Amino acid sequence: MDRSAPATNVHPNGEPVVRLEGVRKQFGKLVVLNGVDLTLPRGLTTVIIGESGAGKSVILKHIVRLLQPDGGAVYYEGERIDNLPERRLAKIRPDFGFLFQLSALFDSMTVGENVAFPILEHRQVTRREAVRRAREKLALVGLEGIEKQMPAELSGGQRKRVALARAIAQDPKLILYDEPTTGLDPPRADVINELILKLQHELHVTSVVVTHDMASATKVADRILMLYQGKIIYEGTSRSILEADDARVRCFVHGRAFEEDLQSLQGAR
Amino acid sequence: MLSALGAKTVETLAAFGRFSLFTWQMGRWLLPGMVRPRTWALLMPELYEVGNRTLPVIAVTGVFVGLVLAVQSYDQLEAAGFERGMGTLLTLTLVRELGPVLAGVMLAGRVGGALTAELGTMRVTEQISALQVMGADPVRHLVVPRFLACLLFAPLLTFWCNVCGSLAGWFVAVRLKHIPSSPYWYNISANVETFDLVLGFVKSLVFGGAIGLIACYKGFHCRTGAEGVGRACTEAFVTSFIVILATDFFIGTFFSGLYRALYGFKALAIS
Ligand SMILES: Nc1ncnc2c1ncn2[C@@H]1O[C@H](COP(=O)(O)OP(=O)(O)OP(=O)(O)O)[C@@H](O)[C@H]1O
Ligand SMILES: [Mg+2]
Repeated sequence: MDRSAPATNVHPNGEPVVRLEGVRKQFGKLVVLNGVDLTLPRGLTTVIIGESGAGKSVILKHIVRLLQPDGGAVYYEGERIDNLPERRLAKIRPDFGFLFQLSALFDSMTVGENVAFPILEHRQVTRREAVRRAREKLALVGLEGIEKQMPAELSGGQRKRVALARAIAQDPKLILYDEPTTGLDPPRADVINELILKLQHELHVTSVVVTHDMASATKVADRILMLYQGKIIYEGTSRSILEADDARVRCFVHGRAFEEDLQSLQGAR
Repeated sequence: MLSALGAKTVETLAAFGRFSLFTWQMGRWLLPGMVRPRTWALLMPELYEVGNRTLPVIAVTGVFVGLVLAVQSYDQLEAAGFERGMGTLLTLTLVRELGPVLAGVMLAGRVGGALTAELGTMRVTEQISALQVMGADPVRHLVVPRFLACLLFAPLLTFWCNVCGSLAGWFVAVRLKHIPSSPYWYNISANVETFDLVLGFVKSLVFGGAIGLIACYKGFHCRTGAEGVGRACTEAFVTSFIVILATDFFIGTFFSGLYRALYGFKALAIS
């Protein structure tokens, strides 16, 4: 692994919450992850960047065991979870909050029921209490009073925020955000950044954020990782990444096309 | 060539394995699901949907099949002097064969397709993954109520199809061809036995269960994209259709063997 810059302000206290060791995953002939090693230190926010189709969402899905690796291992709190039976997994499921890239709201339920769902599923509370907490979470993302609406009636950005409220509904310890700010207007996107920071500072959650939005990445990240062709090729802080030597990282951070893509464009002409 | 065949075999075996696993998971949740009030709460709108979608089409199908059978058979039966047995023949055909099969096919088309599309969309939009992340077993939440709905509804729809078909037959026989009404009904009641009703009931249960399983399985294992959903629906219908006809044959063979073993051969008694 190319650690172009030492991660200076990173002080992982003790055992990392999540550890991936040499995770390999392929779909048919397409190798998506080719030996991914990463850790999520406790209480910190890790941002994963990488081009579209690099396999960022696939990494997140391995962490919550939506996908199982073809090789390597996934640990949560020191326990290997990639081959754990579903029954044992049920105990740790409440710890995870997952914001899906495409929101994945339940079409058949109202917004309020969507957000209350994980609370009812994971916490021993009455329906009334779940509804109250759901309303609270919706207020956090700036969406009071839409509990009775159906997801289909919302805009893309609203859906994303409802999904965010649902992801944090049962107060998980580990929150995984798959592109939380995509499709939001800049002020709203910044509210989400602030929310991520707030959850980290006040509730000490561990977070992992997948994003293409460099402004958001530099704002929320304690550490930034870059995924490229199935491997983590860079690890650093939001400051050090701006001065990275690696050309691929520089292109990504500064929003320039990769050299080979430019060449193929020229070839096509 | 040989390796392509090998790959195909492996793929078929894998699909069979997935289907068996799916059935097993469903079966495991079935009993706990049936006693859980939440399942029935989830089931009610489903039942309403199913009823609403299928009762009218099945009525139309049943009526026309009854009419066609009656019109087609009347001349031959009359030439043989057997026209009073028309109701018997018609009702037996409906109860034993056409009722369950037609209701099954309509259920597969109207309801199975909708179930596959619904679950397929949930798969494609990651709603099924969301359930899993939240620790809610998707099979228990989504499949068990839908399977139960199909299982419960198939016999009801079959009964409904039989009623509509018989009435249509009665209309042709008594109203158009002026066969006296009371012997018409008497012959039916004398010749249609409990055994026939049980046979039809068993068939409809098996068809309903098969349709529910196949439709949910296809939706669950749907490929990504809108075209994946469309394809899953077509596959679900074609598979259900073939399974209905094939199991109809096997159940029919088994039951006629059983009947002979129990009661021996009996000819129809028309008076
Ligand atoms: N369940 C799956 N079955 C088959 N292929 C998959 C599956 N999930 C992901 N892939 C493939 O893996 C690759 C990486 O997908 P992934 O969704 O992780 O990309 P990503 O880095 O999140 O990209 P984006 O930024 O566009 O969301 C893609 O080529 C995708 O087609
Ligand atoms: Mg993605």
